[in-house]
Amino acid sequence: MTRRENYSLNFGPQHPAAHGVLRLVLELDGEVVERADPHIGLLHRGTEKLIENKTYIQALPYFDRLDYVSPMCQEHAFSLAVEKLLDIDVPIRGQFIRVMFSEITRILNHILNLTTFALDVGAMTPFLWLFEEREVLMEFYERVSGSRLHSAYFRPGGVHRDLPDGLVDDISNFCKRFPKKIDDLEKLLETNRIFRQRSVDIGKINKTDALDRGFSGPCLRASGVEWDLRRNQPYDCYSDLEFKIPIGTNGDCFERFLVRIEEMRQSIIIIEQCLKKIPSGACISEDPRIVPPKRDKMKSSMESLINHFKLFTEGFHVPEGETYTCVEAPKGEFGVFLVSDGTNRPYRCKIRAPGFAFLQATEFLSKGHMLSDLVAIIGSLDIVFGEIDR
Amino acid sequence: MKNKESVYIKEMSQLIKSLINFCKYELEIIKGEINIYCSTKNLTKILLFLKDNPSLSMECLTDITVVDYPEKASRFLVVYTLLSVSKNYRVKVKVKLADNESIPSVIDIFSVANWCEREIWDLFGISFNGHPDLRRILTDYDFQGHPLRKDFPLTGFTQVRYDNELSRVIVEPVKLDQEYRNFDNLSPWEGMGKYLPGDEKSDQRKND
Repeated sequence: MTRRENYSLNFGPQHPAAHGVLRLVLELDGEVVERADPHIGLLHRGTEKLIENKTYIQALPYFDRLDYVSPMCQEHAFSLAVEKLLDIDVPIRGQFIRVMFSEITRILNHILNLTTFALDVGAMTPFLWLFEEREVLMEFYERVSGSRLHSAYFRPGGVHRDLPDGLVDDISNFCKRFPKKIDDLEKLLETNRIFRQRSVDIGKINKTDALDRGFSGPCLRASGVEWDLRRNQPYDCYSDLEFKIPIGTNGDCFERFLVRIEEMRQSIIIIEQCLKKIPSGACISEDPRIVPPKRDKMKSSMESLINHFKLFTEGFHVPEGETYTCVEAPKGEFGVFLVSDGTNRPYRCKIRAPGFAFLQATEFLSKGHMLSDLVAIIGSLDIVFGEIDR
Repeated sequence: MKNKESVYIKEMSQLIKSLINFCKYELEIIKGEINIYCSTKNLTKILLFLKDNPSLSMECLTDITVVDYPEKASRFLVVYTLLSVSKNYRVKVKVKLADNESIPSVIDIFSVANWCEREIWDLFGISFNGHPDLRRILTDYDFQGHPLRKDFPLTGFTQVRYDNELSRVIVEPVKLDQEYRNFDNLSPWEGMGKYLPGDEKSDQRKND
């Protein structure tokens, strides 16, 4: 008599398809996944604890380091939360710049996700084609903020600096050129037999399950829920802009892919509108209690120097209160639950990362699928460990 | 736009008040966000009602959070952030909890609560009754203590390093080459308020 036993397999944390430091303990029946238990926390840095010990300005750069492929959207959430507690307004130009860079960030993130997803299921070419464009976008980052990844560009009250000369033209050139690249990517993969076999009907999730499991963003929309915070609970100047929200019906890996492709096109449309509508004026609030003085003023005026020094040592005081503020980050709803006790440091800052819910659902999505489908599922969920482990 | 939103939030809060009348709770609107304070006993009832009632329909539990107030009698404030996709509004349900008290798990109502509760157990040490698998999630496998409690030091108690002689990773008490520098930059002066002294009079005049 032969005895059959399930096979336990340790997937990751150093597997290239694990998208970072994911350790999955799998129980396999042959090649079929019976149980998948993600072990996370290998990238836990205690961001929330660190933020409690920093001033509000010092806490901001930690948000770049959460989901390191969409840094500006997370700064956006934190800035909005602080602004809500401080009850200050952002000048219109600042809002437009923020929205424009949020959308650039969305394209950055989707390029990374779509191409590496394709790479996971065997297509190398998109990765090589589109990473060139990603480099161009990161150059835009560098030109406004001085760094390619950890930009710390969005600040409470607006954005740190105004756009440098010539950037508007370069972004608008990019917008003309880039849709062609999206078409190329779609043409290459959408009708590709291997890609379809690896993603259609894999990792399906319906509306109710997706909501029950806390899905948001493209993954929720692929399941057919028309929900986008930019439209439903607009922040900054999104209510003045026109764009479409792509939704799917099936909620499988392939539709998550298609939704992201369409979102990139819509992002380009939003950026173009921003470039057209952007007014002149200040890009950051002029409230000296929150915003440091300009460099030249600081060099010539004693009061400005003192103001600058106080803002970067003591920081500003935020009135007592709490808020849950969220933005539509490229991956989904990124929220900040901020509690202030009236001092210069946050009393508590909870970060709600969309990926946390997605990864939790891996077991649900992959049960009964093959081991190789698990790789496709993880790829399509857009998981980045910086935000999950915090 | 902003005005319309706040009117809608008020309407929804009235609706909640009129529908949930089977147990005691308090409802408050702070900064345009609906907050419900209830006791541990009523928590599952309220959450289930919020989810299942068709005119409230809170389909999605966005997050569970805890705020630690060590000086208060009921030390923890557990916050459930709920979202209604069909009705487009959010509600925060808050429960006060003393140290060593446990709270019912809500996995049966929202599946997403599983990891959220594990995270809270890990970082705050609050135990959830009826949770099937309350393991640590974010910290290391043999970690001791609950790091997000206010009495847990920022540097922690232990540090890990690879020991060449033993050729394995060892855990040892934390040793700082330099004292941890926690600058207290709070000035003894009160910061400037929204108005300079005297300005409020001119505002009053404008309003008249």
